[in-house]
Amino acid sequence: MKAAVIVFPGSNCDRDIAVALQQSLGKAPDMVWHGSGSLPAVDLIVLPGGFSYGDYLRSGAMAAHSPIMKEVVAKAKAGVPVLGVCNGFQMLTEAKLLPGVLMRNAGLKFICKSVPLRVERSHYPFTAGYDKGAVIHIPIAHNEGNYTIDGDGLKRLQDQDQIVFRYCDAAGQVTPESNPNGAQDNIAGIVNEKGTVLGMMPHPERVVDPLNGGLDGRRLFDGLVEALS
Amino acid sequence: MTSPAAEAAKAHNHPEITPELVAEHGLKPDEYERILEIMGRPPSLTELGIYSVMWSEHCSYKSSKKWLKTLPTEGPQVICGPGENAGVVDIGDGQAAIFKIESHNHPSFIEPYQGAATGVGGIMRDVFTMGARPIANLNALRFGSPDHPKTRHLLSGVVAGIGGYGNCMGVPTVAGEVNFHPAYNGNILVNAMTVGLAPADRIFYSKAAGIGNPVIYVGAKTGRDGIHGATMASAEFGEDAEEKRPTVQVGDPFTEKLLLEACLELMATDAIVAIQDMGAAGLTSSSVEMTSKGGLGLEMDLDRVPQRETNMTAYEIMLSESQERMLMVLKPDAEDNARKIFEKWALDFAVIGHLTDSGRLVIKQHGLVMADLDVPPLVANAPEYDRAWETTPAHDAVPLSQVTAPADYGRNLLALLGAPDLCSRRWIWEQYDHHVMGDTVQGPGGDAAVVRVHGSTKGLAVTTDCTPRYCFADPRTGGAQAVVEAWRNLIASGAKPLAATNNLNFGNPEKPRIMGQLVGCVQGMGDACAALDFPIVSGNVSLYNETEGKAILPTPVIGGLGLVEDLAHATPMGFQEAGHSLILIGETKGHMGQSLYLRDCLAREAGAPPLICLETEKRNGLFVRAQILQGRIQSCHDVSDGGVALALADMALAGGMGVSVSLEKIDLPAHAFLFAEDQARYLVATTQGEQLLKDAVAAGVPALLLGETVPDEVTITGLFSLPLSDLKTAHEGWMPGYMAHP
Repeated sequence: MKAAVIVFPGSNCDRDIAVALQQSLGKAPDMVWHGSGSLPAVDLIVLPGGFSYGDYLRSGAMAAHSPIMKEVVAKAKAGVPVLGVCNGFQMLTEAKLLPGVLMRNAGLKFICKSVPLRVERSHYPFTAGYDKGAVIHIPIAHNEGNYTIDGDGLKRLQDQDQIVFRYCDAAGQVTPESNPNGAQDNIAGIVNEKGTVLGMMPHPERVVDPLNGGLDGRRLFDGLVEALS
Repeated sequence: MTSPAAEAAKAHNHPEITPELVAEHGLKPDEYERILEIMGRPPSLTELGIYSVMWSEHCSYKSSKKWLKTLPTEGPQVICGPGENAGVVDIGDGQAAIFKIESHNHPSFIEPYQGAATGVGGIMRDVFTMGARPIANLNALRFGSPDHPKTRHLLSGVVAGIGGYGNCMGVPTVAGEVNFHPAYNGNILVNAMTVGLAPADRIFYSKAAGIGNPVIYVGAKTGRDGIHGATMASAEFGEDAEEKRPTVQVGDPFTEKLLLEACLELMATDAIVAIQDMGAAGLTSSSVEMTSKGGLGLEMDLDRVPQRETNMTAYEIMLSESQERMLMVLKPDAEDNARKIFEKWALDFAVIGHLTDSGRLVIKQHGLVMADLDVPPLVANAPEYDRAWETTPAHDAVPLSQVTAPADYGRNLLALLGAPDLCSRRWIWEQYDHHVMGDTVQGPGGDAAVVRVHGSTKGLAVTTDCTPRYCFADPRTGGAQAVVEAWRNLIASGAKPLAATNNLNFGNPEKPRIMGQLVGCVQGMGDACAALDFPIVSGNVSLYNETEGKAILPTPVIGGLGLVEDLAHATPMGFQEAGHSLILIGETKGHMGQSLYLRDCLAREAGAPPLICLETEKRNGLFVRAQILQGRIQSCHDVSDGGVALALADMALAGGMGVSVSLEKIDLPAHAFLFAEDQARYLVATTQGEQLLKDAVAAGVPALLLGETVPDEVTITGLFSLPLSDLKTAHEGWMPGYMAHP
C-alpha cells in the first residue's frame, strides 16, 4: 500500500500524520508539495491539518483551489480513498468532495483538548479498526470546527449513514454538553456517499503512542492499512 | 541629484536637530553630546534614529549590563551563552537545545492580541535563526487585579494572540504561568519562551564574515509598523499609552511558518555565513549586530529593500519593526540556490548590500548617502550606567501567633483552590494547541512540561517560574526563589536541570529603589544558579514597566530547561493509583510571611518571604531525582504557592485520585503545616514508601509519611473530607466564570 500526504504552505500536521502512517504502514508516505503538478499513483491521499495559506479568506478555501487539488478531486472521484483531518476536512468541504461547511466554533475560541467520540459506523476502509458504537478519545485543535449543513443535507447524511464520528460524553451519550464547537448533530467526521472520502476535525495522528495520549488514533491507521493492503 | 524623490529624501533627512527632537528619540542630552563627539558632526535624521534605537535600554542594556555580567553563564553543558539570538545547550547524542525568553510587555498592554502574537513570533525567530526547529512554547503572564476594568480584555486578547500565532506555526504551547496583582493594572507582562532543537554541529551565529559577501533580506516586506518599538519599550507609560498603538507591530504567523521552513531548508545546505532575525529595531539592529560582531562594514541600498508601502523614508525603513524578516550573509556562490528556496516558499529575497572592510554602516537611498556611521561605537560606546540603587528594607517576619487558623479548613482549601492565582488555567491552555508535533508527553498543568525529542526516547522538560510578591518583599531571596522553583519543577518532572533563561521585568531603573530591586534579584539569581550548576544562557531585560509612576512588582522570570534522559522517568504530578504512600520531602517550619494563605485568606500582604537555603535545595532535589531514577516515585510535585494543602489537592485533581492524610505526627499548628510556603519541599507518591524513608534517613533528607492515596476523596483526618468533585468545581470554576461575565 502506498500513501501520499499533500503539503500546503502553512500545513503543520504533515509530519505528525506521516509519522502515524509510517508506524502503521511500515514505510514512509510520499510527501507531495502542493506546487508539484502531479500525484503519484497511491492507495490513499491525506490532506493534513494546519493553517494552509494562513487560513486567510476562509479555512481551506485557498487550498481547495491549489493546482494539486484538481488531481486530488479527480482521484477521489475515481475512488481513491482520501482522508482529510482538521484543515484537511475544511479543504474537502471547500473542494465540494464533502457536503457542508466548517464554521467558527460556537464559543468563538480555538479549542485544544481530548474529546470522546462515538464511532457511528465501522466500515471499509476508514473505521474498520473500530467497533460501531465504540467510544474513543481523540484530541481536537481548531478554531473552525462547527460543522454546518442545511436540513436536507443533514437528513441525507443521516439516512445514508455518512456520519462517522459524533462528539459524545464519556459514556457515549451524544449530548449538547459534549458538543465542543456547536457542530450540527454533534458531527465530528463524515464520509462521502461512497464512503471513500473521510473528513474529520479530531486528530487521530496525535494518539498513536501510549506515551502521549493512547492508541485510539492508531486503530484508524492500522485499520486503513489492513483495508487497503 | 535631480530626481524629486531624492531631493525630498535629502530634505527630510537633514532637519534641524533640536533638543526636542533628541528628547523624542529617548536620548538624554548627555547621550546626544556623546554622539556628537563620536561623529564629529550633527547626525542626519536617519543617523539619529539609528543611534537612538541602538542606545535604547532595550537594545543596549545600559542600566542592567553591569549586573548581568555577574550571572553564571558557563558550564560543560553550555555550547553558547548570552550574546547570541538564544542560548544553546548540549543534550547529548549530537543534539542541542536552543532557547530563550523575551518580553513583549508594552505592546501587549496597548494592543493585547498583536502585542502578544508578535512576542511569540519574535522569540520563535530568535530560536530558528540559530538553526533550531522550535518544539515548545511557554509564556509567563502577569495581569492586574481581576477587578480592574481592563483585565478581562487584556487576558482575553493576550491569550488569543499567543494562541493565534503559536497554533498557526504548529509549535505546541506546553507550559506557563499567570498571576494577577493590582501592581500590573497599568502595565501587564507578557514573556514568551521558545525551545528549539538542532544538530549540535549545525548552529548558526550572527557574526558577519567575508568582505564582499552579499547581505540578503528575506521574509516579509517592510512597512511602517512598529517604528520606535524599542524606544517605546524603554520608557514609562503616561496617560497617552493608547496613542502609541501605531508603534505595535502586526504579526503574520503564516509568513513566519514559511520563513521557518525556508530557513531550515536553506540551513540544511552549506550557504549561510551569518544570520540574524530582524526583531526590535529591525534592520538597524540586525545589520549593526552582524557587522559589529564581525568587525566589518556594510554598504546597504534601501531601494532594494522589499517594501509594502510607498514613499518610505530611509529613517522609516531602518526603524521599522515589521515582523517575519531576516538578514543573512551568504557565501558568494550560494545566492542562486538560496533564492530558489525562498521563491519556492513565496517569500521575498533581495540582495540589499555587501560587506566591506570599512567598519562603517553606509546606507543609501535614491543614490544618496542617508547614513554613514562608524559601526563599533554604536555598540561598544553605548552608555553603560552604574545606576544608584538602594537595598530594599527587610520586612519583619510574621510570627505564627499573628496568623489565625481557618474556622473551616475544608472551605478554606476550596477558597484557595479557586483563587485567581491558584485556580486551574485550563481556560487559557485549551486555547493553545499543546499536542501538535506529536511529542507532548506532559502538557500544561503540571510542574514542568515534557516534550519528547522527536524520534528518540528522551525528552526536554521546560518551565517558567517567578514569585513576584517574594521579590518585592526581599529581592535577593525572591531572585533566588525563582531559580530554585524552576529547578525543583524540572526535578519533579523527572529531568536533570541543565540551564535557564531569564526575563528581568522591573520598573524605572533611574529610581534607586527600583534599581535596588533589580540588583537584589540578579544577585539572588546568581547565587542560586551558581549553587545549583544551572547557568543562565540567554535572556531579556524589560525596564520602565511603570504607568504614571507606579511600578510593577519586580518580576524576574526564570525559564528552566532540563533533560529527561529516558522518558520512562518522566514523572507525572497526578496520583496514579490507590494505596501509594504520600511522603513529604523537606522540612516544614511553618513560614507564613508572604504566603498566599496570608494574602488571600487573611488579606495581608506582609512579612519576609521564605528563606532559601541553597544547600538544602540541592540536597533535597538530588535526593528526589535519585529516587525517581530508581523508579521509586510514581507522582511528584514541588510544594510552592499555597503550601502542602494546595500541592496535595493539585496531585489529587491531576490524577483523579484522592488521598487520606493524618497530621498526627506534626508538631506545628495544622494551618501552619498545611499552608506554609517553606522552600525545598516536594510531595511524592510512592509504591516503596518504606525504602524511600530509609534512603532519606541515610541521605540526611527530612521525609515524612503523611498518608496514602485513596479513591474519590481528599481527607485530612480531624479537619475535613471533601469529594474530588468539590475540589474540581472550585478549581476549574473561577476563570471561565470570570471571563464569561464582563
